[in-house]
Amino acid sequence: MIRPDAELLLDITDLHASVEDQPILKGVNLQVRSGEIHAVMGRNGSGKSTLSKVLAGHPAYRVTSGTVLYRGENLFELEAEERARLGVFLGFQYPVEIPGVSNLEFLRVATNARRLKRNLEELDTFDFEDHVQERLKVVQMDPAFLERSVNEGFSGGEKKRNEILQMALLEPVVAILDETDSGLDIDALRIVAGGVNQLANADNATLLITHYQRLLDEITPDYVHVMASGRILRTGGRELALELEQTGYDWVDKELAAQGVA
Amino acid sequence: MTSTSTRDLVSQPYKYGFVTDIETDKIEKGLSEEVVRLISSKKDEPEFLLNFRLKAFRHWLTLEEPDWAALGYEAIDYQNIIYYAAPKQQAKKASLDEVDPKLLETFEKLGIPLSEQKRLSNVAVDAVFDSVSIATTYREKLAEHGVVFCSFTEAVKDHPELIERYLGSVVSSNDNYFAALNSAVFSDGSFVFIPKGVECPMELSTYFRINSGDTGQFERTLIVAEEGASVSYLEGCTAPMFDTNQLHAAVVELVVLDDASIKYSTVQNWYAGDENGVGGIYNFVTKRGQCRGARSRISWTQVETGSAITWKYPSCVLQGADSVGEFYSVALTNNCQQADTGTKMIHIGPRTRSTIVSKGISAGRSSNSYRGLVQMGPRAKGARNYSQCDSMLIGDQAAANTYPYIRSQQPQAAIEHEASTCRISEDQLFYLQSRGIGFEEAVSMMVSGFCRDVFNQLPMEFAAEADKLLALKLEGSVG
Repeated sequence: MIRPDAELLLDITDLHASVEDQPILKGVNLQVRSGEIHAVMGRNGSGKSTLSKVLAGHPAYRVTSGTVLYRGENLFELEAEERARLGVFLGFQYPVEIPGVSNLEFLRVATNARRLKRNLEELDTFDFEDHVQERLKVVQMDPAFLERSVNEGFSGGEKKRNEILQMALLEPVVAILDETDSGLDIDALRIVAGGVNQLANADNATLLITHYQRLLDEITPDYVHVMASGRILRTGGRELALELEQTGYDWVDKELAAQGVA
Repeated sequence: MTSTSTRDLVSQPYKYGFVTDIETDKIEKGLSEEVVRLISSKKDEPEFLLNFRLKAFRHWLTLEEPDWAALGYEAIDYQNIIYYAAPKQQAKKASLDEVDPKLLETFEKLGIPLSEQKRLSNVAVDAVFDSVSIATTYREKLAEHGVVFCSFTEAVKDHPELIERYLGSVVSSNDNYFAALNSAVFSDGSFVFIPKGVECPMELSTYFRINSGDTGQFERTLIVAEEGASVSYLEGCTAPMFDTNQLHAAVVELVVLDDASIKYSTVQNWYAGDENGVGGIYNFVTKRGQCRGARSRISWTQVETGSAITWKYPSCVLQGADSVGEFYSVALTNNCQQADTGTKMIHIGPRTRSTIVSKGISAGRSSNSYRGLVQMGPRAKGARNYSQCDSMLIGDQAAANTYPYIRSQQPQAAIEHEASTCRISEDQLFYLQSRGIGFEEAVSMMVSGFCRDVFNQLPMEFAAEADKLLALKLEGSVG
């Protein structure tokens, strides 16, 4: 929801970043305010996922120029874990499996790291179990998944639900969801999207990174950005996503060619 | 970036590195038949024991130090070691009140309170300082059950017939180079005897502390469980930080008769040397248990985190029909530490079973090898072994090796071996970090997850300790 008194949460200016000396982001500009839902769309290799990893602080991605302010603070001066504690959340496209580490314990440690930063009391094992039971409902997840190792042997859909469960526990200020819809059947997609909708409020913002319109049938974005060749090529309302659905990305090539970038 | 930061996970400050300032009675450096006789006479030993020592010493002189392990170190100068050092105190302590308070304080600092009021509940402790045992707790209570738990020296005086019967019966004095050396010069250790049908009412534990800088520690542990008896025993070890290396060559012998069981756990945290590999303990240990009786069981659990060099293969000789041997091991090496450790499961009797679970973690520039033998003798019909050897690498300069040896003379025996190597991946670390979990805690969570199967085998009181110890070992500045 676009509101006049909204807080500027994320202010990205002329962001350039590379992986293994290969430039991927070539001047991204984006402002995200509280209460807003943004969708970033684009083809494979357009830089969508790189943008999400750079914001979360993945060590393999190097920022070469540009700035990102998170609530006025230089994001790049913060370690990945510090960003998370301050409320930046990345929902992974491919959540990794961590054998031997109990999901419940992982969720508890993560939740407490964030709570500590918010001056909330840490939850002990018992209080946390009550807390997590409550949150499981957001994604209609079976409590049995708490007893297993983090993501180990989870199906694609279960992994994505586990991501949204983490989001529900961490209560982020800016949630970046990277291809959360990929690999989900329609029922799972509805559950995951329902979770995201429940968690969105006037004080936080969501950045959906997606390929397809179908996620946006479930979550209504305030803004849609089309990324190509490491930049945001066009920004519009949700009608832009519908237009893309009909016309595809061919116009992107033409526009890039016209700008002499392709 | 992550590989740099993992490299920076340097050695934790070793919190047991202090030295206790106490007067000691030492025998001059060097090893000769005379020194062996002197040790024996200082301890006022019966003749059979002196003969045992002399035979071992004479045999040792004919042996060469083994060099087959994947270990590299400067030659040990056996003439530059003190073979006997004992804190000076009243000849015989009737009660703890007579033990030098400095010694009690030392053990208190190590988290092993010996005084009556502060004792670990339900754990009896034998505290060994340099070459001698200084105190054993809960002895009377154990005696009510017929359990003998005392220092080796006392056992020689009070139960010479048991010592003569069992000493060297599992690890003979000419078994190997370090066992022969130990048999010649061992000074003290623990003795446990659980009589027929008795289930030991509490955990038994020995705590080894090396204090002197140029002293070798050569202790001897002997545990006998008679028919139907059972006991759980734990040993812990620490040493001060010196920039020289100290030699530790212990021998542990276990004997279990029909339906008896011994669970032997070790948390080894000798000083490991600094991050450049200067100093640290050379740990050359022979541990072996013999399942003599039918349906008997021996379970070794070890958490090896210290020492500059570890050379250690706790083994089971499965003689009795249907006897069971188990080996659960976590070996963590960091900086320049080297470990070559594993087990031997010698299946002799029919339907004997053994399980090996080994978890090696290598960080820094360390080297960590699993070396294990599974042997099925001609009579081991229907015997089974399952081995699982997993290695975890942290950073890109550590090494992990697995050397499984399998020998079978029995076609109806089954041997299964699984091995895996993993590296803590950048993506796993990033995943945890992106949830607000710091780098070090992320590593430690993954390491303790990796070791879970082994930690579950430790007595409850010590499982949490082991977890903490591992985390501490990997703690350091994060780059």
